[in-house]
Amino acid sequence: MKKLSLILTAIFFTLFALSSSGWCWGKKKIIKIGINAPITGDIPKVGENTKNTAKMWLEDIEKAGGIEIAGKKYPVELVIEDNEAQAESAVKVNTKMITEDEVITVIGPQSSKQAIPAGGVADSYATPMISPWSTNPDTTKDRPYVFRGCFLDPFQGPMLANFVKEEFGFTKAAVLYDVASDYPKGLAEYFKQAWEKNNGEGSVVSYESFTTKDADFSSQLTKIINSGAEVLFVPQYYNEVALIVKQARELGWKKPILGSDSWGSSETITLCGSDCYGAFFSTHYASAGAEGITKEFIDRYKKKYSYVPDDVCALTWDSLKLAQKAIEALVEFSGDIKKDRENVKKNLAEIANFEGVTGNMSFTPDGDPVKCAIIVKISDAGEFRFYKSVCP
Amino acid sequence: MEYFLQNFINALQWGSFYALIALGYSMVYSILMLFNFAHGDIFMSGAYIGFCIASLFIFLFGGVGAPGWLVMILTIIVSMFLTSFIGVLIEKIGYRPLRNAPRASAAITGLMIGIILETSNIAIFGTKRIAFPPLVETVTYNIAGIFITNKKIIIVAISLFLMAGLHFFIEKTKWGMAMRAMSYDFFIVPLMGVSLNVIAPLTFAIGSALAAAAGILYGLAYPVLDPYMGILLGWKAFVAAILGGRGSILGAALAGFLLGFIEIFTAMIFPSTLRDLIAYSIILIILTIRPHGFFGKAHSSSLRL
Repeated sequence: MKKLSLILTAIFFTLFALSSSGWCWGKKKIIKIGINAPITGDIPKVGENTKNTAKMWLEDIEKAGGIEIAGKKYPVELVIEDNEAQAESAVKVNTKMITEDEVITVIGPQSSKQAIPAGGVADSYATPMISPWSTNPDTTKDRPYVFRGCFLDPFQGPMLANFVKEEFGFTKAAVLYDVASDYPKGLAEYFKQAWEKNNGEGSVVSYESFTTKDADFSSQLTKIINSGAEVLFVPQYYNEVALIVKQARELGWKKPILGSDSWGSSETITLCGSDCYGAFFSTHYASAGAEGITKEFIDRYKKKYSYVPDDVCALTWDSLKLAQKAIEALVEFSGDIKKDRENVKKNLAEIANFEGVTGNMSFTPDGDPVKCAIIVKISDAGEFRFYKSVCP
Repeated sequence: MEYFLQNFINALQWGSFYALIALGYSMVYSILMLFNFAHGDIFMSGAYIGFCIASLFIFLFGGVGAPGWLVMILTIIVSMFLTSFIGVLIEKIGYRPLRNAPRASAAITGLMIGIILETSNIAIFGTKRIAFPPLVETVTYNIAGIFITNKKIIIVAISLFLMAGLHFFIEKTKWGMAMRAMSYDFFIVPLMGVSLNVIAPLTFAIGSALAAAAGILYGLAYPVLDPYMGILLGWKAFVAAILGGRGSILGAALAGFLLGFIEIFTAMIFPSTLRDLIAYSIILIILTIRPHGFFGKAHSSSLRL
């Protein structure tokens, strides 16, 4: 019993010492930024890209001697935590970073599955959060403290419908999507609405679906081919894209195929091969044929980590830069974390015409950026080549 | 008409997979009176083994310039052989100790073996999807508006060949006769010198080999492999095995094709969102009218599961 109480006392004192040292650090006025990333779990590549990008950003800041607020430079510390690509862990990580580490703002989580619940935490603690990659409207909806770095599905669907109309003048479209998954289903609906608004009722001549894990789409595709559609829209993830496109080609479909930002993974080409060449899809940025600051970013990243950065890297970079800009715009760095967070949030919402590597953006009152999407054409070498930029 | 024929060909290919997998369910059932619920995952393992063997052969013979069809046939033969050992192992470790246990325990064992196969696969290959190498160059023939690829012809031809081979084996050979006898009486035949410990592994070996062949053909047609690919297909093939009549080889093959046709043609006629709803309602109605399936024998032991 004596031993136990001794241990407890020891633990208590250690904790006290730790917390007081944290308090001292706060006095030293360090700007802390939280990174909530899926470092382990289903999508480790996304986590690795997030981490690498954040480190590259920190390098810049350190070189400049910190972030400058009202003429005074403050050092920056990154708090990088792993959310295991799980919703519950993302919530835990956010709570820890906000309440214990006292970060001024959180960058991440990346996918909507984690960003939607984690956004709730950030909003209730009145801490600004920027999710770079989550396209689901719910992430930022009715949450003044939550922002994102990318466009939304209700923009992406109509944008694609308009692109086809302007580019090709087609009037008949077909859609094939997974009815059991939220992202494809939502996007298919947004696309259909916009297409029928442009070309009249019934102009989506074939609106076919399947359920997750299906592998044979021959009857749906035969129906689509028979319907006389001029373009096929497939808002699916890369593994299904490969199956659908291959089967469509085998059944004699030679017309254009259109995809969404879920095609952006390099796996698309690994699995689909030459059958996907010539297809179009919308995304956040194109690495092949980039210019200006985007090219600078790509070259630098490639030199540092020796692989081409994908859309996650680019969006994370922009989100960090947005956060930096909002912090720099503070009138003073008071050290009162609640007050500073409130001001950072206010500054973020006021950002207009921010020039990022994924294009220019301004925030709406909901915390969603108004920004351009990029249409990519898959070249005959399997590269994602910039084709056109479409702005709202 | 073209539309109908195109779907007919689609259904023929899709039905081949159901038929080949359903055969494995049916054979094991006819001998041991149990459904091997790990069969869908044996199919998955077969596809992955096929992937390894095919990659190895392409690496070995790629430089020599061996024709694709030769590599494909060799891949199928070697993978069938290797996968049959998985079947034998499952019988020996998973089912033999439970041979006299209640059938429900054996069925649950099957489910657990399935999970073990899936997770060990993830441990080896990771969760990443794998592209099956295109062993044969795809050639699309356009015959009067109907599109047929050489792969479709290969898949249906090999499936039919394997089914005919199985039929020959069961009807014309001594081993086949022993299997038929065993399915006729599970208790008496071992007393006559035919050991169940030989026939049961043999049945598992043949069923698994067929599943492996199905796996490779599947890889040719749908070249994206994932560790859970066998679950849904396995369940649907199980439906085919029941529909054909428990333990009936011919019934399983025919019902496999029938299932493929029902799925494809309901999607052709009705909105595709309702495909599985309508297709499996039809099957439910068929089973209500014929509870023993098409060729099932109505003996009391068939109710043991």
